[in-house]
Amino acid sequence: MPEIAGSSFRQQGVPSISWRRRITDHVMTGVAVLTVVLVLAPLVAIFGYLVYRGSGSMNWAFLTQTPKPVGEPGGGMANAIAGSVLILGIASVIGVPFGIGAGIYLAEFGRNRLGSAIRFTADVLNGVPSIVIGIVAWAILVRGHGFSALAGGVALAIMMVPTICRTTEEMLLLVPQALREAAYGLGVPRWRTTLSITLRTAASGVITGVMLAFARVAGETAPLLFTALGNTFWNLRYDQPTAALPLQIYQYANSPYDDWHRQAWAGSFVLIVLIVTAVAAVRFAVRRGTFGTA
Amino acid sequence: MPGPQPIGGTKVTPVPVPRAAALELASGGEVPDRIFKSAMTLCGLAVIGVLVLIVDELVSGSRLSWHAFGFKFFAGSDWNPVSEQFGALPFIYGTLVSSLVALILAVPLAVGVAVFTTEMCPKVLRGPLSFFVELLAAIPSVIYGLWAMFILVPLLSGYVQPFLAKTLGWTGLFAGPPYGIGMLAAGIILAIMIVPIISSITREVLMVVPQHQREGVLALGATRWEMIRVGVLRNARAGIVGGIILGLGRALGETMAVTMVIGNRPEIAKSLFAPGYTMASVLANEFSEATGNVYLSALVEIGLALFLVTIIVNALAQILVWTVTRGQPARGHA
Repeated sequence: MPEIAGSSFRQQGVPSISWRRRITDHVMTGVAVLTVVLVLAPLVAIFGYLVYRGSGSMNWAFLTQTPKPVGEPGGGMANAIAGSVLILGIASVIGVPFGIGAGIYLAEFGRNRLGSAIRFTADVLNGVPSIVIGIVAWAILVRGHGFSALAGGVALAIMMVPTICRTTEEMLLLVPQALREAAYGLGVPRWRTTLSITLRTAASGVITGVMLAFARVAGETAPLLFTALGNTFWNLRYDQPTAALPLQIYQYANSPYDDWHRQAWAGSFVLIVLIVTAVAAVRFAVRRGTFGTA
Repeated sequence: MPGPQPIGGTKVTPVPVPRAAALELASGGEVPDRIFKSAMTLCGLAVIGVLVLIVDELVSGSRLSWHAFGFKFFAGSDWNPVSEQFGALPFIYGTLVSSLVALILAVPLAVGVAVFTTEMCPKVLRGPLSFFVELLAAIPSVIYGLWAMFILVPLLSGYVQPFLAKTLGWTGLFAGPPYGIGMLAAGIILAIMIVPIISSITREVLMVVPQHQREGVLALGATRWEMIRVGVLRNARAGIVGGIILGLGRALGETMAVTMVIGNRPEIAKSLFAPGYTMASVLANEFSEATGNVYLSALVEIGLALFLVTIIVNALAQILVWTVTRGQPARGHA
């Protein structure tokens, strides 16, 4: 059977593979390369255009002023940037503790029915469309109370919890059992062991999960449409309608004014810089393993 | 501390230790432990609570519309807030067709990228390549929409659509005026958005295929492509389908980018050039301005339908991915 030897040594020119099979092999390699090019092309196009239009439209006024009245050129998105920070702050304050807590439960106490149920629920929640979560936040916090930064923050917090919960669980389970036992052996109670030993050892991984969740919700627009609503003025109160960067981008993109289109690009640039920095920081932290105290 | 004597207050040792000793040795004994466990359990239960809350709000919110229209809600194609006639068919149609177009475009690309990164590419390129594809997943939906509005749509109306109309116009799928905005643009932008999900799950599934299986097929005289086709892809089939379905789930619920380019007109047209409307888009556009309880309720019912469909689709995908990776969690969303 010459073919058996032929395949592994085809570089040496054993003439046992038919030209048709060989050409198919080359063609399929070419097709795979082509798919990579086709996938990377839009990425390059989007990033390139974003940097080109975004950095070109960036100026001091954009970062420091509030929007001008409709149709008037100039002004900026300072209030939207501040609003985004406010909303994301609320989301993190609510979402991070609950997410990490649920992750701790799953990793340390969750080898039972309830644990499986929570795991499944978290996966289901992860797949719920963001706009549906917006509806629920609207029904609970906006109906009868009015649009508010809090409602937007809660909607985003709901989206953060499943990601944080599952990564925290995964990371805690990677911590060797012996480490826990060593702590127990020293007489450290379980809660203290979990918080100061296990969670601390897994800190870099847990932070990765938090940052990923943060990056994911930072650009979310749909759940804010009818919770935070948007605002053309400064607002830093939790119970008032608040501008947010993604909302403002959406509004400006749909407007007929060139200057607003320009600002939409600038806003996208700010947003993407924020998110890419977060994702890159996570990559860096994971590779170095020096984030936190790990 | 006396020797190797076991210390209480923890569940490690089966030897019972007097409670007082445990409290003395450990800074806080069973009571804080119990509080800690309850607090963590509460956090876990909150996850379930949120899901219950979502279901409850959606069901109670859509009751009015359900009583008014029943199943006809999903069969009617008349959407008229003024006369309070609501039928969701055009939205369901738009969601399904735009997602289908996206899958047709994205699946070959995503699987190709995954095969290239796991089976063909030099090791040096592997890391950066998967990083760039993951970067695609990190771009917010609204920025995809912005890009699609100002770059993709003019490109479509200027070059791609006239070309498609000339060559494939006879099928009826590519007929009508080339506005750029419409079902095709929505499908393309969705495809770009779901490629990272499908390809990252496919990559994970391909990496689970044991190495000796590749070696075995190669030893039988297969070329590299034959090895990939017979030894790798065939084994990973279920997992890849799972990844595709997960991508579908994402496409069905995607809101902003689609809303910005699909045209937002509740019509059912055969041509992909025609404007359409999706379930998520109608919520984005009309929810905050909806007046009247029936109108609001009809919108919530669309939300409920969207929720149910995505849950079924996602559960199906999870099960398929699980059967391949044997219980390792799928990291498609991260």
